Amino acid sequence: MASKILQKPEAFYKRYERNPSSDKKSPHYCPGCGHGNVHKFIAEALDDYNVADQTILISPVGCSVFAYYYFDTGNIQAAHGRAPAVATGIKRAHPHSIVISYQGDGDLAAIGTAEILHAANRGENITVFFVNNAIYGMTGGQMAPTTLVDQYSTTTPRGRNPHNEGYPIKVAELISQLEAPVYVERVSLHDTKNRNKARRAVRKALKNQIDNLGFSLVEILSPCTSGWKMDAVPSMKWIEENMVPQFPLGVFKDITDEVEPYERPEMDLSAQDIKKALGLEVVESESFEKPDFPNKYKNPEIKVAGFGGQGVLLLGAAMAQAGMLEDYHVSWLPSYGPEMRGGTANCHVNIRDIEVGSPMVTNPTVLIALNRPSLEKFENDVPEGGLIIYDTSLIDIEVKRTDVEVMPLPATKMADELGNTRTANMITLAAYAAYTGIFSKETLYETLNTAIKHKKFIDINKKAIDLGYEFGLKSKLS
Amino acid sequence: MEKKILDKPFVRVYPELCKGCELCIDACPPQVLKFHEKFNSKGYHYATYIGENCTGCGICYYACPEPEAIVVYKKGYEYEGEEVA
Repeated sequence: MASKILQKPEAFYKRYERNPSSDKKSPHYCPGCGHGNVHKFIAEALDDYNVADQTILISPVGCSVFAYYYFDTGNIQAAHGRAPAVATGIKRAHPHSIVISYQGDGDLAAIGTAEILHAANRGENITVFFVNNAIYGMTGGQMAPTTLVDQYSTTTPRGRNPHNEGYPIKVAELISQLEAPVYVERVSLHDTKNRNKARRAVRKALKNQIDNLGFSLVEILSPCTSGWKMDAVPSMKWIEENMVPQFPLGVFKDITDEVEPYERPEMDLSAQDIKKALGLEVVESESFEKPDFPNKYKNPEIKVAGFGGQGVLLLGAAMAQAGMLEDYHVSWLPSYGPEMRGGTANCHVNIRDIEVGSPMVTNPTVLIALNRPSLEKFENDVPEGGLIIYDTSLIDIEVKRTDVEVMPLPATKMADELGNTRTANMITLAAYAAYTGIFSKETLYETLNTAIKHKKFIDINKKAIDLGYEFGLKSKLS
Repeated sequence: MEKKILDKPFVRVYPELCKGCELCIDACPPQVLKFHEKFNSKGYHYATYIGENCTGCGICYYACPEPEAIVVYKKGYEYEGEEVA
């Protein structure tokens, strides 16, 4: 190093504002924790390569979950084990960023085994730092996938027995067997010589990514003083005497001299291009004027419920579509829980003047019940003054509530008479629109063009809309 | 301000940022670091420089897990203002 001073790298924040500690200068790690050393090596390398401003560090779950307290880079904290998947997404979307997946052994080698294997196998141009301390540190010293044979942990109180818990997973060996990774090394923090090797490995793994060479993984044997119930200095000896024999150090794969750099082209993520790629016709639909209608029907939170096959979801989607045509903010959330067959299918629709916060509708101001179980299940969720529309041709009970508006509608019967029972949903939509005044008939006609897949059904659905609309207007007057 | 050049290496341990893990003391080749007899406010005996024979090798800096507990000034370090040592 040319520098005449060794001090805190610039890639760390000056103060750790997010850290709840009082001085904002000490990381949360235990005395002697190896995370600190690895953090330092990474930060120093980011400084030296001058890439901190383009780096995105993915924090895992585990003690290093708070790595984003410390690194003055872009930061994302991923769900347990998913850091390589998140890193993949970031790197694909921003090929010029430097993406680091920082993970512990519980995160990478247990819950995240699939993610790391596949990210490695795809040869994502990311850098993975795998801190292996052979234990679940944060949760209090349970057995990890990398816990040594015979090692004590709170969940292997007699020591890890291969007949019970299997053998420690050797991640560096495993990853190095794959075709795509360009550099895999296992290093250790247990003495000066090995710390230097670790520092170099961290630098090389980052440089590989900067040079667009591909996937690099550095496994770092690191002390967990608290989990091992040891002081820092004895824990270093423990690494040397116990971990290194089971986790041999060294370079397991390095094809960085052989591979050609590959720079992934920037993706074009515009909506138009995605539609084009999927072969979807780009329809420019005109927007319709919002009709004037009573305030009590404005900003409806709608639940449409029935059974599968009634067009429940389509009815909701058509409502949202009609709302869009009138320039409302809309959301449509289908919800067909575990009772896929024979139970209720329902969807949640919001049609609002302002942006929709949550698409969930728990207390619908408008409940459209297309079968009896739906009415029974959701009737009491409707707030006072709400509107319940129910299909009297299928529901042989009446609405019990007296503090809500009710529109009984024989939609299925009407549809049947029209010649296609499946138009009951559009009859219902039109009846609702006419009753409340929220959508004009023209809006509904236009909605059919996108809501109905097969053009041959548009005519009959138009008729259904006429019927429903008429019914809705009549109900309003009565 | 006048530029000064450090004529011998120096190591500083910030008492409040040291967690007393002893890794620097254990790693220091010339053995010029030791525990201070005092505690810091976190309750740790903190590492401290005995005041001479630091070689500026930086081994303690890389052994220390804390980001800024240890600063190593090498011989020839240029500075202004207050004395380093």
